Amino acid sequence: MSSQDTPVMQPAGGKTADKVFKGIAYACGILILVVLAAVFLFLFFRAWPLIGGDQSANSATISSFTGGKTNSFWGYVLPLLFGTVLVSILALLIAFFISIGIALFISHYAPKKIATGLSYVVDLLAAIPSVIYGLWGGLILVPAIYPFWNWVATYLGWIPLFAGPAANPQRTVATVAVVLAVMVLPIITSMSRDIFLQTPTLQQEAAYGLGATKWEMIKLAVIPFGKSGIVSASMLALGRALGETMAVLMILSPGLTYSIKLLQASQNQTIAANIAAQYPEANDLGVSTLIGTGLILFLITFVVNYAARKITEKASV
Amino acid sequence: MRKNVLVRSIAALSGIVMLAGLAACGDNTASTSSNGSSSSATKSEPVSGDFQGAGASSQQAAVEAWIAGFQGNNPDAKIAYNPSGSGAGVSTFLTGATAWAGSDKALSDDEVSQSKAVCASGAAFDVPVYISPIAVVFNLKGVSDAGKHINMDASTIAKIFDGKITTWNDDAIQSQNKDLKLPATPITVVHRSDKSGTTQNFVSYFKDAAPNDWSYDLSENWPNSVGQGAKGTSGVISTVQQADGTIGYADFSQVGKLGTVAVKVGDSYNEISAEGGSKVIEDSKLDDTATGENRVVVKINHETEAKGAYPIVLVSYMIACPAYKDAKNAEFAKSWLTYVTSDDGQKAAQDAASSAPLPSSLTSKITKSIEAIKTK
Repeated sequence: MSSQDTPVMQPAGGKTADKVFKGIAYACGILILVVLAAVFLFLFFRAWPLIGGDQSANSATISSFTGGKTNSFWGYVLPLLFGTVLVSILALLIAFFISIGIALFISHYAPKKIATGLSYVVDLLAAIPSVIYGLWGGLILVPAIYPFWNWVATYLGWIPLFAGPAANPQRTVATVAVVLAVMVLPIITSMSRDIFLQTPTLQQEAAYGLGATKWEMIKLAVIPFGKSGIVSASMLALGRALGETMAVLMILSPGLTYSIKLLQASQNQTIAANIAAQYPEANDLGVSTLIGTGLILFLITFVVNYAARKITEKASV
Repeated sequence: MRKNVLVRSIAALSGIVMLAGLAACGDNTASTSSNGSSSSATKSEPVSGDFQGAGASSQQAAVEAWIAGFQGNNPDAKIAYNPSGSGAGVSTFLTGATAWAGSDKALSDDEVSQSKAVCASGAAFDVPVYISPIAVVFNLKGVSDAGKHINMDASTIAKIFDGKITTWNDDAIQSQNKDLKLPATPITVVHRSDKSGTTQNFVSYFKDAAPNDWSYDLSENWPNSVGQGAKGTSGVISTVQQADGTIGYADFSQVGKLGTVAVKVGDSYNEISAEGGSKVIEDSKLDDTATGENRVVVKINHETEAKGAYPIVLVSYMIACPAYKDAKNAEFAKSWLTYVTSDDGQKAAQDAASSAPLPSSLTSKITKSIEAIKTK
């Protein structure tokens, strides 16, 4: 009898476990929504004095932040937003092609031993804390990169982006973008590598069968297969670059303009770095203002993620 | 929350009880005992307990030295200082969470009236405790080795920091430095990118000494977009070190191996020194716009012509109540401020942070203000 009981009991026990697990999964899913809502509400209520408070006091606060250059919230946050997006997109542009190159090298070109070693190194790169990148960028890269940027400014200065004279020391958007590119590189690389490795062998063989060279095979089979993965990896990387604080804070000489002169100092600043820089000496209203800029950053990351979703959907169709 | 409310109501209750005790004493006994108790508080009767302060980060090195020195006499006193910045320090003090605040600027009238809610009686007052000369540092190949100087008057420095003078061999600089051969290197100005009392004190020197060359309003944030911004004193120093042709400003203690600018005072060029910083304060008057009992606010005389004076200084204050709701805080504040402004305290700060000692012309006024803190 007992031997008959167990098979009957097992599905029952399995059912409870199923229910419990379902509950846990639901709870986890809901928890992330609750956390998100809590963050949003925190930002919104702490930033409320900006909207609902005494406007003349707000103007005075913002004016004290900017040394009298502007006294409206939008005049303050829009240049910051511009700087944030500019730095992040530049970093993404630099990192994107290099990352795809590394990923393809690991997945299709490198001998197995080298590929394993390289994957390991790339993952290690992702684990380095940003403050280390900041120190490296601020103390080593800034003086070291000046001759190169100076060369760029001298010979490519006719392109508005590289208009000279190059600032010395090079605590500029260009240098920050290079450091951020190094930081987001492992994210794009490791995600694209994983996707490339999953390309169906059948498709690859078929491409070879049609007489394709290796480069043509990658163009025909690997890249189209990995497209949506590459896009979502890039968006993840962009998200990281948008919120990067320490490295920017330690390298960039900040300014509040809409300038795209990458090689000149004191042109742009990012929202995250600005919060970190101004928070220690801010009074109550100042903190509200900074949290207000944080709210804008929060919304922008949402917009970026939403756009990424749309692009990925289109790409995968 | 609930614990906080409990603590506050106990504090309020004990405050009321203390007030009743004070009233019972009458003032003829209080005046004689206040002298006696103040000396006993610093010398024979050690203070014990936990005490918090918050405020200006410029004072941090000095406060650390003061805490060490104070604990030598009062081993049971635990003191914590949060260098959260002048603005944050004052607002924390105004909530009653700290026993004192450090600030790079004197209280505003508004803050003084707000403090009446926090102090047991009267309004908060500020006394100068820390005078720190601000160095104008520069890095120029062949000119700026450690201890080297370059001569400039106020208007030249203001023009450089306003982007009006852009190369080192500009006539304005060369004519004041006949014996130096200055290169044609472009000047890179380095300023603080964060809010800072150092910035405010630095530009207030331009405002007074070169008003025609400096049109910006006083502010703790750097007002123009000339040159480069760097976070904190350490950021300014490392940026100045990184390239040829840079010039910046920083606390005297942080100068290290960089060259400094000798500033024109009267007919001579004076190098930066702690004594020079004291001399300009000695030659300054009290700010008569700072009304309020016991307040000692210095109006720095940037146009001083005193011999050996160095006019670019930061004066940092400590803010305290004349009477506290908590008797322990009162005893501590009195004893702490007495130590900080004493010769011993100023010596400790000078060793730790290269600050300038308080001139004797001020100490009598400061002592009088501190004596006014009611401990019983």
